[in-house]
Amino acid sequence: MSELSELYQQVILDHNKKPRNFRKLEGANHSAEGYNPLCGDHLTVYLQLEDDAVKDVSFEGSGCAISKAAASMMTQAVKGKTKPEVEQLFQEFHTMVMGDPEEELAPNQLGNLTIFAGVREFPVRVKCATLSWHTMHAALNNQELVSTE
Amino acid sequence: MATIEKSLTQVKEPAATWDVERIRADFPVLRQTVNGKPLVYLDNAASSQVPQVVIERGSMYLEQEHSNIHRGVHYLSQKATTAYEGARETVKRFINARESKECIFVRGATEGINLVMNGYGRKFIGAGDEIIISAMEHHANIVPWQMLCEEKGARLRVIPMNDAGELLLDEYDALLNERTKLVAVTHVSNALGTINPVKDIIERAHKYGVPVVIDGAQSAPHMPVDVQDLDCDFYAFSGHKIFAPTGSGVIYGKAALLEKMNPFQGGGDMIKSVTFEKTTFADLPNKFEAGTPAIASQIGLGAAIDYLNTIGREQAALHEHELLRYATERLSKIEGVRIIGTAREKASVLSFVIDEVHPHDIGTILDQEGIAIRAGHHCAQPVMQRFNIPATARASFAFYNTKEEVDALANTIEKVIEIFS
Repeated sequence: MSELSELYQQVILDHNKKPRNFRKLEGANHSAEGYNPLCGDHLTVYLQLEDDAVKDVSFEGSGCAISKAAASMMTQAVKGKTKPEVEQLFQEFHTMVMGDPEEELAPNQLGNLTIFAGVREFPVRVKCATLSWHTMHAALNNQELVSTE
Repeated sequence: MATIEKSLTQVKEPAATWDVERIRADFPVLRQTVNGKPLVYLDNAASSQVPQVVIERGSMYLEQEHSNIHRGVHYLSQKATTAYEGARETVKRFINARESKECIFVRGATEGINLVMNGYGRKFIGAGDEIIISAMEHHANIVPWQMLCEEKGARLRVIPMNDAGELLLDEYDALLNERTKLVAVTHVSNALGTINPVKDIIERAHKYGVPVVIDGAQSAPHMPVDVQDLDCDFYAFSGHKIFAPTGSGVIYGKAALLEKMNPFQGGGDMIKSVTFEKTTFADLPNKFEAGTPAIASQIGLGAAIDYLNTIGREQAALHEHELLRYATERLSKIEGVRIIGTAREKASVLSFVIDEVHPHDIGTILDQEGIAIRAGHHCAQPVMQRFNIPATARASFAFYNTKEEVDALANTIEKVIEIFS
């Protein structure tokens, strides 16, 4: 069960149970909906952008523990960041979860988001971890709907 | 052929009780470990495993008989045609069709239903007409009819169900009327396991002269089916859910209906003659089998049915029933587990949810223990909406499953709850 405990770490379980910034954001000026038609995970990311920086961010929706925790921790990570910084995090996060589980993680700015490195052992769950990030990316770039398929 | 006959006779003597270990030995795929644990395959409603005799029959075809069917005067083409048409005869006996030409080979139940939609629906259903389906249909028995309604200006009506997952037949009666032109209902629900009283449903439709399509994808593997006794007008099933390879399947139709229908696809093998001015279509069943079919797979379907007959279908069904009963009992006792689909009559499917745990997380944790189940909406999103849940976890049984496997399932579910507590 060691790979499992890598995947379902306490922090992830905690964010699943008590997702942060889990609400509709009044005053949001950007938002996007993310959908994984294969599993039905569905979430909306709300952004309040000011001068190209994330002043506030939230999400709502339903999904598995991985997708919910990833969304929750993402909102914490991007608050206060500029648009290029968010895009940089998205790239690093994406590279990490798509990476080879045997290899060391490349140096990155991910901080506690590296907890999702456990997803590398579970290729079918990568989309769960990245759904909120793709949706964030869409919201930043004024797309309204994003699908994993 | 020698090996095939030998392995068939090996299982021929009826066992006093179900000798599940002997049956398991017929399925090579079951002899493996997943994540270091013996594979526990409980995803049979999605696709069932293939016994050695069926694999050997397919190999023998490819090694010794492969050629195109219905068109060669040469030796191999005749061998292939004989084997392919032999499979059709086997299917005919399996569902007790009057004639083998009523058994059209298709890629699976989905293609079978689409064949009826195109061949019958597009010809005989028009604006203002109504099609009745049920609340527990698989997308394969919803979307084709929705597409037809859209195209023709017809209306889709839905028989509702109760909280146990049983159809409300009084409501069905209220939906039937002179505008009803077709009824399409599943025999066994893939998401809930409910066995529907299709004979009764068919009888009520016939009072209005309405033909009935039965989606048999989940019933053909688990119970004897007699299309004459049911008096259904169409019956679709998939080979890959009944221990045959993917790409095989059947749509049964009453000859009189099939004859007055439009063809499905146009092409080779479905014609009598072709000129640039006019084409005359072939007789049944070729009229509906354009192009080269999945010959090896359909021959495999015949072999799978032969296999089912040798092991004893009734005993197999009894064993599956006992597994379902036992699994229901074990899972009901676990706090936090809720079973979705509690109809009185059920077959082989156990759908459940766990409080505060998403089915995909259940699926991943079970997989780590070598246990394969399905997590998701099971291509039946309206069923999920009816029960107000995003998805379920679904264990589905075949006659090669064991009580020990059910125990492994139940024990790991307890572990899931522990992880998420």
